[in-house]
Amino acid sequence: MKWHVLNPLWVAIGAIGLVLLARQFMVPDDFGVHGRNFTYGYHRLSNIQEWKDFPVKYQGRDYCTDCHAENVQEISGSAHAIIQCENCHGPGVNHPGSVQSLTIDTSRGLCLRCHADLAYPNTNRGTMPSVVDKTHRRRRECINCHDPHNPRGV
Amino acid sequence: MTHSRRDFLKEAVGTTLTSVVPLSAFTLLSTEEAKAALADLKIRYAFLVDTNKCVGCGLCVKACKTENEIPYDAPVTRTWIERYVITKDGKTHIDSPMAGRDGFTDRKMHDEEIDPADIAKAFFVPKGCNHCENPPCVQVCPVGATYQTKEGVVLVDRKWCMGCAYCVMACPFGVRFIHPVHKVVDKCTMCYHRTTKGLPTACVANCPFGARQLANLKDPDDPVTKIITTQRVAVLKDLYGTKPHIFYLGLDLNVR
Repeated sequence: MKWHVLNPLWVAIGAIGLVLLARQFMVPDDFGVHGRNFTYGYHRLSNIQEWKDFPVKYQGRDYCTDCHAENVQEISGSAHAIIQCENCHGPGVNHPGSVQSLTIDTSRGLCLRCHADLAYPNTNRGTMPSVVDKTHRRRRECINCHDPHNPRGV
Repeated sequence: MTHSRRDFLKEAVGTTLTSVVPLSAFTLLSTEEAKAALADLKIRYAFLVDTNKCVGCGLCVKACKTENEIPYDAPVTRTWIERYVITKDGKTHIDSPMAGRDGFTDRKMHDEEIDPADIAKAFFVPKGCNHCENPPCVQVCPVGATYQTKEGVVLVDRKWCMGCAYCVMACPFGVRFIHPVHKVVDKCTMCYHRTTKGLPTACVANCPFGARQLANLKDPDDPVTKIITTQRVAVLKDLYGTKPHIFYLGLDLNVR
């Protein structure tokens, strides 16, 4: 073969060799086909454990009941029994480790998520006890009059 | 030429057979490997969303963002709620202010006041990753950074993703985005850190109305699986053939 063909060919072969060599060092050992097949399961296996180790924030009502049984009991008998404690009190991660970790949301906006009157027919939202935000006690917080743990008694 | 036609045919068939049936196709599994492969088949998660129950409170979006450390005020989210208002003149109004994170407290949609008397129907549709059986987002990843786990969950490897956003384009449901902090692609993990510990996902756990539920399709006794298998459910964008795994009850034909 003539030299002007052979020279670039050697360069190309060398480049491929370099890539293969670099691959040996840079691709982790657990990288490969782990799931169904190459199309859907070609990945680094240890990433599954990394996602499993992600910290859990919301602990659930049972976790709250361990210490605050009376409060859970109180809300269980009310119309707000379906609402999780942590939706208003904040996620229970690091609690009670740090006393200050929970920030309780007592804002009007939180109540209005469900109770702002949208007048939508044939929906649960339409039948929800609701107020028109602009006309109902505009400058007051809801919790000044309504007890969120026992909303029916005003 | 001393080759007869018979010899030629024999050799041709023989060569073809030996080349298409390599020995590696006949891998023998050890007993442990076979058991492990069967055990993996016990879980396949799916969501059931009952749009009749959703009131658009947005607590699922708030919980998802908090649980999964998605910047709260950034315009990105792993799940969102769409509001559909269909007026009597046949027009469909759709909005999702801040992805529904703060709920829907205003009748105005895109600064347009809609007279309640004109509304024919209105409803909320929570959306998110469908954890498709055939996820196109996984197929297009050039570096093997996104994959499907054995439970059917589609995950992204944050260390391996280079942020090319090819998968963002490939997803027909628009659920993927670039994480503003990590600068790699982010998406719903089906709360993999919670479901693998036996906890429900953050959105399911914090939905007061039971509009979102989690099903294990491989468990025939699962009450949510029973709803999916015995009641009339629909999925979004069925024609794409990705086999989405968020099943909807009461899905309207205006929902796209």
